[in-house]
Amino acid sequence: MSLKLHEASVTMQGAKLLHAVSFEVTPGKLVGLLGPNGAGKTTAVRALLGLQPLDNGQALLDGQPSSSLTPKQRALRVSYLPQARKLAWPIAVREAVSLGRFAYGGPMGRLGPADAAAVDDALTRCSLIGFEDRSVTSLSGGELARVHLARALASQAPALIADEPTAALDPGHSFDVLATLQAQARDGQAVLVVLHDLALAARFCNEIILLHHGKLVIQAPPRAALTTSTLADVYGVKATWADGQLSLSGRI
Amino acid sequence: MKVQNHTPTLVLTLVALSVLAIAASCLIGVTPLPMGRLMAALVGLGDPQAELIVWDIRLPRALAAFVVGMALAGCGAALQGLLRNPLAEPGVLGVSAMASLFATITIYWGFVQLSPWILPLASITGALLATGLLALIAPRVQSVVTLVLVGVGISSLAGALMSLLLNLAPNPFTLSDMMNWMMGSVANRSLEDLLLAAPFFIAGAMAIGLAAPGLRALTLGEEAASAVGLDVGRSRIWVVLGTGLLTGAAVSVAGAVGFVGIIAPHLVRPLVGHDPARTLVPAALLGGFVLVVADLIARLAPTGQELKLGVVAALIGAPIFIWIAVRRRALEADQ
Repeated sequence: MSLKLHEASVTMQGAKLLHAVSFEVTPGKLVGLLGPNGAGKTTAVRALLGLQPLDNGQALLDGQPSSSLTPKQRALRVSYLPQARKLAWPIAVREAVSLGRFAYGGPMGRLGPADAAAVDDALTRCSLIGFEDRSVTSLSGGELARVHLARALASQAPALIADEPTAALDPGHSFDVLATLQAQARDGQAVLVVLHDLALAARFCNEIILLHHGKLVIQAPPRAALTTSTLADVYGVKATWADGQLSLSGRI
Repeated sequence: MKVQNHTPTLVLTLVALSVLAIAASCLIGVTPLPMGRLMAALVGLGDPQAELIVWDIRLPRALAAFVVGMALAGCGAALQGLLRNPLAEPGVLGVSAMASLFATITIYWGFVQLSPWILPLASITGALLATGLLALIAPRVQSVVTLVLVGVGISSLAGALMSLLLNLAPNPFTLSDMMNWMMGSVANRSLEDLLLAAPFFIAGAMAIGLAAPGLRALTLGEEAASAVGLDVGRSRIWVVLGTGLLTGAAVSVAGAVGFVGIIAPHLVRPLVGHDPARTLVPAALLGGFVLVVADLIARLAPTGQELKLGVVAALIGAPIFIWIAVRRRALEADQ
C-alpha cells in the first residue's frame, strides 16, 4: 500500500495552494510532512485522500485514483486522523474508538468479534485500558489525543495519515504519540504524519517531505532534508545538527 | 465521569408508560362515563355510546398525539445528531413553521377540498423545503449558533406570511381553520386522518433509520466521519428527507407543535450514553408519551375554551429550551 501524489496542483479561490507536488509514502516507513504555516501540508493530505479536488496531477492510493474511491473503500485503505478533533457528544472512550471500525460495520452499523478485538488492541497500544467507560469530554488533552490515535489504529488499514497528532500536547505525550506511530510503521504500515516540531520529526521519522509555499522542497531522510541552509531558507531559523540530534537556536 | 447505557430498560419503560398514557386518555374525559363501560368498550364489548366515545373520539386523538410526538421528537434527535447541536429541532429550525405555512396556504385558497392528500403533501413540501435549505447552509456556516439563527429567520418568515394570510382571510371559517393549524391541536382527529398520514410517517422513520449509524460516526465531526468511511452527503440526504416527511406528516395531523423535539432527546441522551443513534428510538417514545400527557392536560384543564395542544407543549417546552441553551453556553466556554 503506497500513497502517491503526482504533479498535484490545487487552486482555491484564486490562491495556488499546491504547485505540481509529487511525493510517495511507502509501507514500513514513518514519513514526516513538514513546512511552515500555510505551506500546504493539510491541503496535500486532503488532496492525497481525494477530499480536495485537484486542478492537475493525480492522487493515488495503491495505484488507484483516490477520488474514484467511495468513503468506505478509502477508509479501508487509509486511516486518516484530521486536525479538528472536538467530539460533539460525551460518548464513552470505547465507543469513540469503535468508530474507527465504522467501514467494517453492517448496514445498521453492527460490529462483530473481529472488530471488538481490533478495538481492544488499539486501546492497549494507546494505553487506554481502564479508560473504556470514561466520557470523552472528561479527558485531558493528552488522553483525548490517545483516543483519537486509537480510533485511527482500530481500523487496521494498511496506511495511516495523521494531521498534527501532537498539536497542543506536552513533550512527553508527543513522544508517546510518535513512538506509537513508529511502531505502526515498523509493523509494515505506511505512515504519513504532519508535524510542526522539527526536532521531533528529525528524531522519529525515516523520511521528511518538506513543503514551502505549496511547492515540494525535498523528500529525503531527516539528516539530508533538514540541513542548516534548507531550514534557514524555509523556516528562517538557525538550526544545527550535533550527535545526530537537530536543535534550533532562534530566528535568523 | 462514567458513561451510562440503559437503552433496553429505557425503551421497555417508555413503551409501558406510553401504553398506560394512551389507555388513560381513552378512559378519562369531559363526558363522565363509568369506568366499567369504557373498559368494556376498549376491548370491543361495550355499548354503542361508550364505543363511539372510545374508538371514534378518544383513541384516535390519543394516537394522533402519540404519533405526532414520536415523529417530532425523532426528527429532533436526528437533526441534533446531524448538526451536532442539542438545540436543533423542527420547531426551532423553522421546519414546522414552513410546513404549517404550506398547510395554511392550501386552506386559504380552498385546495384542501380537492383531495384529502393535498394537505399532507403541502405540509411535507414545506417541511422538505426548510430542511433542504438548512442542509445546504449547514456545511457553509461552521457555527451552529448561526444555523439556529437561520432557522429562527425561516420560522419568522413563515410566521409573517401566515399572519398575512390570517390578515387577509376571506371569512371567519377560514380564519379559525388556519388558527387551528397555527396553534396545534389533535382534537377531532379520526383514525382515517391517521391512516392517510401513515405512509409518510413510515417512510420518514425508515429514512431516519438508514441515517442512524451515520449519526453515530458524525460525533467525530464531518471530516473525521468521512475519514472512517461515512458518506456524509448521503447521511445528510436521509436525515433531510426523513425529517421533512415526518415533520410534514406531523403538521398535517396536528399543526405546529413545538419543543417536543428538544425536550425528549435531551432527557433521554444521558441514559443511552449520549450516542446519537441510540437516542432516536427512546427519544421518539418519550416525545409520544409527553404529547399524550400534554393533550390530556389540554383536555382536562378547567378552562372555558379547550386548550390547544401546541400551546400546552410550548408552555412546558420553551422554558426548558432556554435552560438547555444557557447550560450549553457554559459547556462551550470550557472547550
